[in-house]
Amino acid sequence: MITMEHVNKSYRVAKRSAGMKEACKAFFRRESQRIEALKDVSFSIEDGEMVGYIGPNGAGKSSTIKILSGILTPESGSCLVDGRIPWKDRIQHVKHIGVVFGQRSQLWWDVPILDSFRLLQDIYSISNSMYQNNLEELTELLDLKELLRTPARQLSLGQRMRCELAASLLHSPDILFLDEPTIGLDAVSKLAVREFIRRLNREHHTTVILTTHDMQDIEAITDRIILIGKGRVLMDGTLDQLHAQEGEGDLDQIIAGLYRRLDIV
Amino acid sequence: MKKYFAFFKLRFNMGLQYRAAAAAGLTTQFVWGFMECFVYRAFYESDPGSFPMTFSAMAAYIWLQQAFLMFFSAWTLENELFDSIREGSIAYELCRPISVYDMWFARSVALRLSRAALRCFPILLLAILLPEPFRLHLAASPSIWFWFLVTLIMGLLMMVAYCMLMYVLAFFTISGDGLRTVMVFGVDFLAGAIIPLPFMPETVQRVLELLPFAGMQNVPLRIFSGDLTGAPMLRAVLLQVFWLAVLIVLGKCLCKIAERRIVVQGG
Repeated sequence: MITMEHVNKSYRVAKRSAGMKEACKAFFRRESQRIEALKDVSFSIEDGEMVGYIGPNGAGKSSTIKILSGILTPESGSCLVDGRIPWKDRIQHVKHIGVVFGQRSQLWWDVPILDSFRLLQDIYSISNSMYQNNLEELTELLDLKELLRTPARQLSLGQRMRCELAASLLHSPDILFLDEPTIGLDAVSKLAVREFIRRLNREHHTTVILTTHDMQDIEAITDRIILIGKGRVLMDGTLDQLHAQEGEGDLDQIIAGLYRRLDIV
Repeated sequence: MKKYFAFFKLRFNMGLQYRAAAAAGLTTQFVWGFMECFVYRAFYESDPGSFPMTFSAMAAYIWLQQAFLMFFSAWTLENELFDSIREGSIAYELCRPISVYDMWFARSVALRLSRAALRCFPILLLAILLPEPFRLHLAASPSIWFWFLVTLIMGLLMMVAYCMLMYVLAFFTISGDGLRTVMVFGVDFLAGAIIPLPFMPETVQRVLELLPFAGMQNVPLRIFSGDLTGAPMLRAVLLQVFWLAVLIVLGKCLCKIAERRIVVQGG
């Protein structure tokens, strides 16, 4: 069970105009601006739910994921994940979650994937039998057999993303955070990733929170959508509710219309 | 503990892959070692009386310094760690059930050990076979070997703890370049990497010997060459322990603060 209540987070962003004169000026006086990444964000998610967390770029999606995974500390508000405050009990908390950041890699660049996996086994203190079971299952479902002995740097993005997913699941987490897991993937890889996530949820009852810009991800995977824009939660409901409210039709069109109407782009 | 050892193992194995780099490094270090030998020889011959060490102690200092350069050099840093802070892949390290400081510490020790393992033996072997007066004389007494090994390991840990400060401070400055230049150059001079500390003016020397830097290489190298013994040696060992504790505590505190106010760069 995940609850977030009235969470706020802001960043200081350095600002200056282009050009020599401005750069010299900035040498003596820095200008910065506070950007409010999250404003009064509240929601709760039950165990085993699959939630799509959507919104335009810069809406605060990644910040939310980072707070939930214990990486960022919010300025105010409360947040509980299975009874733990993520940033306070970071080390305890992260044992029970898995995270995939679609734009970064957790695999060691120059060593075979299996070496990275072994390291994760030690880091999460996974027992040998559990490691073997999970590895076998993940290898089969994600079709990793041919990839495990290859260094990460020599894999294609789609192959690497499958390995990233496996790496985040070796310790059987209760909750999986996916931050744009399908970014840059081809159609086949996307379908494989989606099918895998659905199956994971069905068989292991894993709670999945997914951010994406790909509405087909949302349609294929999630039951519920939380829409965030300019740091605020603007909508929270099922896909059916969204269609009932906004009409049937192409989800991309509906969402784009919604972004424009709510003026959050 | 096993977790951190796993990091150590992986980094160590990775480090052993770089054979060409080690060969290139070896060549450079031989040339550098000979150059130093000749320069100090010239000093020595012009006035043996004002030379603060015996020449064979000097030769031992030079060759051991070259052999264990990877223990002592402040510039043996992992760019990957700086990049992870600047570009934000630190996000992954923070969602592991481990302490970032301890993990990076284990990694850094492994990096230095793996690099030194590839380089130290050929250099030591050649240095032992050299003609006089450049030859490396092995210490005779077991107690010297004991204290040398203890202080060498302490020196390695101190250097790693010092480098950890550079990594951790990069959380606050985002780009670690400026700090890095200052901190790397500073330590090279103050630790006796450029010239051995006994060559410094006496008052300077007395201050430097109290600072953490002396323990990083000056102490083990001088113990091996028989230049540092008895009570001053024990004092140097205690100072090593003290400064290692200070560096680690400081690094850990800064790391705690950094973790709390961290901003993951790049969305």
